[in-house]
Amino acid sequence: MNFDMPPAMDRQDLRDLKKSIDLGFRDFSRAYGDDLEAFFDPLLYFLVWLEKLLLATPWPVILLAVGVIAWFGARKWFVVVGSVAAFLLIGYFGMWKDMLATLAIVSVSTLLCVVIGIPIGICMARSDKVRSLITPILDVMQTIPSFVYLIPVVMLLGIGKVPGLISVCIYAIPPIVRLTNLGIRLVDKEVLEAAQAFGASPQQKLFGVQVPLALPNIFAGVNQTIMMALAMVVIASMIGMQGLGQQVLRAVSNQYLALGFMNGLAIVALAIIFDRISQNYGKRLQKHLEGGRDE
Amino acid sequence: MSDAAVQIRQVYKIFGPNPKSMVKHVKNGISKQDLMDLHGHVLGLKNVNIDVRTKEIQVIMGLSGSGKSTLIRHINRLIDPTSGEILINGQNILNMTKAELRTFRRFSISMVFQKFSLLPHRTVAANVAYGMEIQKLEKRTVSERCQKWIDRVGLTGFESYYPAQLSGGMQQRVGLARALATDADILLMDEPFSALDPLIRTDMQDVLLSLQSELHKTIIFITHDLDEALRIGDDIAILRDGSLVQKGSPQNIILNPLNNYVAAFTKDINRGRVLYIESVMDDGIANDAIKIQHDTVIDDALQVLIQNNTTYANVVKNRNIIGQVSLNNLIASLSRPKVSGDSPV
Ligand SMILES: Nc1ncnc2c1ncn2[C@@H]1O[C@H](COP(=O)(O)OP(=O)(O)OP(=O)(O)O)[C@@H](O)[C@H]1O
Ligand SMILES: [Mg+2]
Repeated sequence: MNFDMPPAMDRQDLRDLKKSIDLGFRDFSRAYGDDLEAFFDPLLYFLVWLEKLLLATPWPVILLAVGVIAWFGARKWFVVVGSVAAFLLIGYFGMWKDMLATLAIVSVSTLLCVVIGIPIGICMARSDKVRSLITPILDVMQTIPSFVYLIPVVMLLGIGKVPGLISVCIYAIPPIVRLTNLGIRLVDKEVLEAAQAFGASPQQKLFGVQVPLALPNIFAGVNQTIMMALAMVVIASMIGMQGLGQQVLRAVSNQYLALGFMNGLAIVALAIIFDRISQNYGKRLQKHLEGGRDE
Repeated sequence: MSDAAVQIRQVYKIFGPNPKSMVKHVKNGISKQDLMDLHGHVLGLKNVNIDVRTKEIQVIMGLSGSGKSTLIRHINRLIDPTSGEILINGQNILNMTKAELRTFRRFSISMVFQKFSLLPHRTVAANVAYGMEIQKLEKRTVSERCQKWIDRVGLTGFESYYPAQLSGGMQQRVGLARALATDADILLMDEPFSALDPLIRTDMQDVLLSLQSELHKTIIFITHDLDEALRIGDDIAILRDGSLVQKGSPQNIILNPLNNYVAAFTKDINRGRVLYIESVMDDGIANDAIKIQHDTVIDDALQVLIQNNTTYANVVKNRNIIGQVSLNNLIASLSRPKVSGDSPV
């Protein structure tokens, strides 16, 4: 008996197994790849449209928009000033276009994650069966190295914006699903009982009580999702997604130190801006839960 | 049909994985402890029968864990019984479909909770409006009625506050307004004032009593405070380990406690301040005596006797003499009654 290695499959068998999986998947992608691409076309159009819109907008308008969003999100002057200044600096160092591309990608993927993630989170919260089904999937999505799922995505959809978007979403969707589920499950049972005592239907309970009370948690999920989407843009640029991430990738492969740092810092700046705005907004959402009169 | 608005008929409630199969053990008289130890089920209610008269305040008392909350939640089916019937105005609510039950909860019954259970994301006004929104009332009606009830419970000016910005007493006023605003005839109150300071509690009792003198709702009111029960209740039911041990008028409960458990509730009460002379008077008419109203409490009656320098008086009700009291019998009735033998508490 050999104790160096545990029993292993015969090499030839193993090779055949891998080959048959690869071939099977290749056949699958040959058969359905086009359909899938067509299915995602609207997404592509939307992304391209947003990118073009951003690029066509005069830069002062964009700065103004950033300032206004920062004000309505955070209601704090230093967040407004900081955001506008960061955008100006990014433009000054020649990363304006790449930044807008990244902005478009992150916005669309966040939107996609919210639209898909919140309903999934709600379903999870309403049924323990659904939860026990989805939790392991989320665990896999969060722990599997992202390079690994780039492979099937590329095989199916090739290289480009849509596969990039999808891999960003796979990476960024788990927190919003988890936190929606958690937020709804944490809603005070007694408040829910009160709604029931007044004859609220299941929908009235969901939209009138559970979702509004879960909003602070759901919002924390949105915040996390944005952060993870930003973190993923570098990896997604390996499969042809444009933007700041692509410049970082170029810098790594060519050892351009300054280029790498500048684009890296631009991503950091975007992350901080998104984070401060959305976090402050989330905090304002739950202000009524504490004491203290607002306004 | 009788004048009972709510009839609870042979209700059993057992908590656990297989409650139906436990009913026979409970009917055979197994104790709460044995049911837990031998079968792993919790006895919630055991053969409870209560008729609540319409337009009266029915108080339900009992120690913690005696099943008060469980019982009151049967009346709007937040909890379903393991066996038994619950009739509201003659209709068995257990036969209702889900939709019928929702309609019943929207229009016929409302509830006030021990921990207020307000919707924290809604303002005072929006909380009071909640039941009416679910009733799908017109917006104008909602805001009119909303304001009326906010004013009525004394919260004028706080309409746009959030619950977390209010004191406990004020929050429960919101809870009361929210429950009353739906115009339901039956009001369930699960220890509504227990979480409040004694002074605020008395305030809230006054609010409730003055509302009740206008509204004449059928109210089921839970408390573990006998003073509160005596002040508010037209009738008191006492629960122990899920069973009803005694039910009757406040005077009757104090004068004739059935066993030590009930007596323990009444022992600290100031009998002179709660017992009416009508409840302790003797038959017959005294000659030449002063007259005292039947609903005078013993303390006040003693005062009258002493002031008039006399030792006896006639008891009058509606200008008729219905009995007599003497100094001796009044003083004697201040002492606690003996309980007709029972296991100690
Ligand atoms: N969902 C449940 N599952 C199991 N046991 C329960 C459940 N709800 C209540 N019980 C049990 O039923 C009994 C009665 O509880 P209940 O809450 O009705 O008491 P209570 O008289 O309202 O007490 P308190 O004064 O503390 O509010 C208790 O022994 C409790 O542990
Ligand atoms: Mg209780």
